[in-house]
Amino acid sequence: MFEIECPYCGRRDGSEFSYAGEAHISRPSGDEEISDEAWAGFVFMCRNIKGVQAERWVHSAGCRRFFNMLRNTATDQILAVYKMGEEPPEVEKQPLPSPSGESLGSGNDAVQVMGKGET
Amino acid sequence: MSRYSIFSLLREGLNGQRGWGRAWRQPKPEDAYDVVIIGGGAHGLATAYYLAKEHGISNIAVLEKGWIGGGNSGRNTTIIRSNYLYDESAAIYEHALKKWETLSRELDFNIMMSHRGVLNLAHDEAEARQIKRRIEANRLNGIDSEWLDARQVKEFCPPVNVSPSARYPVLGGSLQRRGGVNRHDAVVWGFARAADALGVDIIQQCEVIAIKTRGGAVTGVETTRGSIKTPKIASVVAGHSSVIASMLDIRLPIQSHPLQALVSEPVKPAIDCVVMSNAVHAYISQSDKGELVIGAGIDHHLGYSQRGGLNVIEHALAAIVELFPSFSRLRMMRQWGGIVDVCPDASPIIGKTRVKGFFINGGWGTGGWKATPGSGHVFAHTIAHDEPHPIAAPFALERFTAGALVAEHGAAAVAH
Ligand SMILES: Cc1cc2nc3c(=O)[nH]c(=O)nc-3n(C[C@H](O)[C@H](O)[C@H](O)COP(=O)(O)OP(=O)(O)OC[C@H]3O[C@@H](n4cnc5c(N)ncnc54)[C@H](O)[C@@H]3O)c2cc1C
Ligand SMILES: [Zn+2]
Repeated sequence: MFEIECPYCGRRDGSEFSYAGEAHISRPSGDEEISDEAWAGFVFMCRNIKGVQAERWVHSAGCRRFFNMLRNTATDQILAVYKMGEEPPEVEKQPLPSPSGESLGSGNDAVQVMGKGET
Repeated sequence: MSRYSIFSLLREGLNGQRGWGRAWRQPKPEDAYDVVIIGGGAHGLATAYYLAKEHGISNIAVLEKGWIGGGNSGRNTTIIRSNYLYDESAAIYEHALKKWETLSRELDFNIMMSHRGVLNLAHDEAEARQIKRRIEANRLNGIDSEWLDARQVKEFCPPVNVSPSARYPVLGGSLQRRGGVNRHDAVVWGFARAADALGVDIIQQCEVIAIKTRGGAVTGVETTRGSIKTPKIASVVAGHSSVIASMLDIRLPIQSHPLQALVSEPVKPAIDCVVMSNAVHAYISQSDKGELVIGAGIDHHLGYSQRGGLNVIEHALAAIVELFPSFSRLRMMRQWGGIVDVCPDASPIIGKTRVKGFFINGGWGTGGWKATPGSGHVFAHTIAHDEPHPIAAPFALERFTAGALVAEHGAAAVAH
């Protein structure tokens, strides 16, 4: 668990907040004309990003207001907090060591299956 | 492959244990394979094994970025049961449970399968009704499932607190006697050894970093140990399903979350079955070493860090202590997390995708261990025939567009 800086109340324990999904996703317009694919895309499909994600949180056990956050989902590092309706601020790039984010399997450097120099 | 038997044990006992060979080879990656399986967890290894054994395809590589069984296979609480609500789920989980019953013999590897019975507790009237409905559905599907009232729960599992004044009163529960637990490493090693013996190359510390396609079909993978050509790629990477799918611009309805478990100091035999409580998000069994193995809930935010919040395990332990007051003074020894791949309907995704030759098996979320041999079996068929196995068909990705969800939250939730 981590601490989160609510833009209205300040720094609080993460357990006071609820995650509310990826941010900046808009509902497809057109109602009846929306294809099944587009609708499934909006309702179910997600990017499920490993790396920096813009996401919504709500301070559910506090001011109960929604806000946005930039968080590295691989490390839980919070890079920025900003209000609803605002554009995400520029943050420093967070390159992952590999697509899955770890230099060696599952982040456990204690286990070496191959010897040094083996490829 | 030399067989493990009482004779090999005796021979090696007399020989100072010097003659055991490696259980599987450590091959270098070849330039090309008929099938590349991404992910050396139990599901990926089972898929390779059944492809080689039942479909005669043995020119297979299993690529694992870490070490085999280092993902959720090595982190789960191994609770096995098949008492799911819908016919589709009953079919796949029961397919797996039948295979678990004979798997030690089939793999010539003791997976320490223990059919000790799995109890799902009901703490309120609504839950009791829901569980009874599930029991009836199970019976219609030929799955053993029975209702125990509070007194029978107490008889079956004496440490449970069934006092009416308990914080979480026990109204009763469902029992699946054929359910149980097994040994996670043994399952991984057993499948690895058997697949290797059939010619499968298990390649560890080899991470897939890109997938190559031409004309809408896969042609190979790029890995940290070079590129490999192949016409068929099977992704079986659990929590990283979306990471692999995004290499082909495929979106999945999966969210990855940390899920935690922990074990206590070892004690004498105290609880000889598995007890789960959906409502309080806790489940418990005792390992052969004597440790209480306790599972907690997920952290609700998306996360890949394999580290969950302390508040989540506090919550699970608070519930365990209410349910089992006699465990309150036990100390916890170790705690860890895995990344689970949760689907909106709490059912897996198994099947083909819009990219030819790219197959996916994932979204098992918090409860895929129990399905391992069944999942590998139907997925191997799907890959070999380029056509879903009938048991796998309802779990195709298209169900999210068609609306044919297999909603198993009641049976799956976070309890397993
Ligand atoms: C704490 C916890 C408790 C659980 N308890 C239960 C339970 O009691 N009962 C139950 O039925 N289920 C349980 N589960 C769920 C179960 O563990 C999983 O559903 C199941 O193990 C998934 O199987 P797998 O083989 O696909 O996954 P894994 O064992 O995670 O295998 C996936 C592998 O893919 C590898 N990989 C990822 N990306 C790449 C890449 N780019 N290149 C190469 N390799 C890659 C990973 O390193 C990993 O080894 C639990 C899970 C957790 C975390
Ligand atoms: Zn606030």
